[in-house]
Amino acid sequence: MEMSLFSNLALGFQTAVSLQNLTYCFIGVFVGTLVGVLPGIGPLAAIAMLLPATFNLPPVGALIMLAGIYYGCQYGGSTTAILVNLPGESASVVTCMDGYQMAKNGRAGPALAMAAVGSFFAGTVCTMLIAVAGPPLAEVALKFGAPEYFSLMTMGLIASAVLASGSMLKAIAMIFLGLLFGIVGTDVNSGMSRFTFGASGLADGLSFVVVAMGMFGFGEILSNLERGQDASGRDLLTNKIEHLYPTWHDIKVSTGSIMRGTAIGAFFGTLPGAGPTIAAFSTYALEKKVAKNPEQFGKGVIQGVAGPESANNAAAQCAFIPTLTLGIPGSGTMALMLGALTIQGIAPGPQVMTQRPELFWGLIASMWIGNAMLVILNLPLIGLWVKLLTVPYRMLFPAIVVFMAIGVYSVNNLDLDIYMTVFFGLMGYLFQKLKCEPAPLILAFVLGPLMEENLRRALLISRGDATVFFTRPISAVFLILTILLLVVMILPNVRKKRDLAYQEPPGG
Amino acid sequence: MKITSQEDFWAGMMFIGFGAVAIFIAQDYPYGTTSRMGPGYFPTWLGIIMVVLGLAVSAMGLKVQGEGVSKFAWKAMFLLAVAFAFFGWSIDHIGFIPAMFVLIFLSALAGRDFRFKEVILMSVVLIIGAWALFIKGLELPFPLFWWR
Repeated sequence: MEMSLFSNLALGFQTAVSLQNLTYCFIGVFVGTLVGVLPGIGPLAAIAMLLPATFNLPPVGALIMLAGIYYGCQYGGSTTAILVNLPGESASVVTCMDGYQMAKNGRAGPALAMAAVGSFFAGTVCTMLIAVAGPPLAEVALKFGAPEYFSLMTMGLIASAVLASGSMLKAIAMIFLGLLFGIVGTDVNSGMSRFTFGASGLADGLSFVVVAMGMFGFGEILSNLERGQDASGRDLLTNKIEHLYPTWHDIKVSTGSIMRGTAIGAFFGTLPGAGPTIAAFSTYALEKKVAKNPEQFGKGVIQGVAGPESANNAAAQCAFIPTLTLGIPGSGTMALMLGALTIQGIAPGPQVMTQRPELFWGLIASMWIGNAMLVILNLPLIGLWVKLLTVPYRMLFPAIVVFMAIGVYSVNNLDLDIYMTVFFGLMGYLFQKLKCEPAPLILAFVLGPLMEENLRRALLISRGDATVFFTRPISAVFLILTILLLVVMILPNVRKKRDLAYQEPPGG
Repeated sequence: MKITSQEDFWAGMMFIGFGAVAIFIAQDYPYGTTSRMGPGYFPTWLGIIMVVLGLAVSAMGLKVQGEGVSKFAWKAMFLLAVAFAFFGWSIDHIGFIPAMFVLIFLSALAGRDFRFKEVILMSVVLIIGAWALFIKGLELPFPLFWWR
C-alpha cells in the first residue's frame, strides 16, 4: 500500500512535469487568477468558455488546464477581496470582512501572504488526501449498484439545497426544475424525444455549456450592468503594501486557523453538493468562536483571512474526490470537468483510476505544482492584478460577451445553442430577482439523466419495490444522512445560524 | 389575501408553471409501471412535486415579509438578448467579422455609459484578438465575411 502510493505519485509527477503539461498548468492557473480577480465572471462561466479550446488538447493536458483555472480562481478572488473589498467570486466574500480591514490598516501584505501560505498548505494536504483516499474509495464505488448511486445523488442534491443561501424550500424546488431541464432530449431507454418542442438540435439534450453560460455568464452580466458595478472608482489600497512578510505573531495565531480551515474545507469539498463557499463561511464562524479575541473579528484579524482562505482552497481541491472516484460531480464546475473527460472519449467513473492511471495521478500531481506556481506567481504580480481592476466594466463586459458567444457557438456550431443561452440567461436573471439560488439547479441539471437511469434500473431489479433503497445498507446510509441533514436544518436554532453565517459582510 | 413577499409568491408561481407544463407534455409519453418505467413516468412525477413545492413557496409569499422584487433592467435585457441572438444567426450568414462587430456594438449599447469612439476602438482590438486566438490559433472553421 505504502509503496503503491509512492509509485502512483511518482507516475503522477512524471506526467505533470513534462514541459507540455507544465505549460498547460501554467496557462490554467494564470487564466484562473485572472478570472478570480475580475469581478462578474466566476470559475464556472470561465471553464465553460474555455472548454471548447481544450477539445484539441490531449486528455491529461485538458484536465490539468481546466483544474488550474478552477483553483487559480480561488487565489485571484482573495487578492481582490483583500485589496479592494471586492470578492472576485463567491467563496471569497468572507475574506473581504477581515482582509479588507487589514489592508486599510496598512497590513495588506501579511493578509495576502498568509492567504497564499494557507492556501498552499491546504492544497498540499488535500493533494495527499486525494492520493491516499482515492483508490480505496474507487474500490468501494466499483461495488455500487443503481440504488446506491441514486441515494448518493439524492444526498448530494439535498446537501446543495440545504447549504445554499436563502430559502431552503425554493432551493429544493430548484432541484426539481434542474432535473427537468436535465432530461430534455432523447430518452435512452425508449428512444423517445422528450421536451424538445420539435427542435432537432435538442435531441442530444440541453448542453451544459449553454445552461452554465446562460445562468452564470449572461445573467451575471445583466445584474452587474444593473448595479453599475465598477471597480475603477473604488479605493485601491495598493500604495499601502509596504512589507509582505507577516510577523511571528501573525504566523503563530494563523497556524491553528489554517489547520482547522483545511479540515473543514476538506470535509465540505468531499461532500457532494457542498463546496468552497460554505466551507469558507463555516470556518469563519468557527474561528470567531475559538478565538481569544472574537470582538476583533471584522476589524482586521489575520485568523479571519487565513482560516477561510485555507478552507476554500481545500474544498476546491477535495471536490475532485467524488468527481474522480465515483464519477459523480459534486458541483457545476466539477460537472464541466467530467464533461471535458467525456468529450475526450473517457467515461467518468471509478474505473478511470485503474485504466488511465497517468491521467488521475498526473492531475493530482499537477494540482500540487499548480499551487506552488500560484504562490510564486501571485505575490510578485499583485500590482498587475490590481491594475487590471482599474479597467472600467464598460470595457470589460463586451470582451466577456465576445468570449461567451464564441465559446457557446464553437461547441456545436449551432445557432440554437446561442438562442438557448439567451433563454437561460434571462431565466438566470429572473432567478436572481426572485431570490432563487441557481447552484442546486445546475447540479440537478447534470445529475438529471443519471438519476432517472439509476432510479429505473433500481426499481426494475427490485420489481417495483421501492424499499430497495433502504434494504441495501450503503444506500440506506446515504438516505439516512440525507434525512438527518434535512431534519437538522429545519431545527430553528441551526437555521438561524445558517442564515447568520451567510450574512453579508459590512460594506461588502 | 395580500402578497407580503413578492419574490416568494412569484417564484412559487414560476415553479407551478414549469411543473404544470411538464405534467401536461409528459402525458404524451408512455407512463409505464413502477418496475418498468416509461419515458413519461419520471417527468410526470417531477412535475407533480414541482407544483406541490410551488404552492408551498407561493403560500409562503402570503405569510412572510419579503424585501420585494427590484426593477428589471429591461433595456439591457433586450439589447443583450438581441446582440446574442443576432450573433448566433449571423455568423454563418454574414461572417465572423461583421457578426462580431454587431455583437460588440449592441452589447456596449446595453451598458450605462456608451462612448462611441471607445466602442469602435474596442471592436477593432477585440476582433483582431478573437481572430488571432480562435481562427488562427484554435482553427475554428468560421467564414470571415459573407463572401467567405
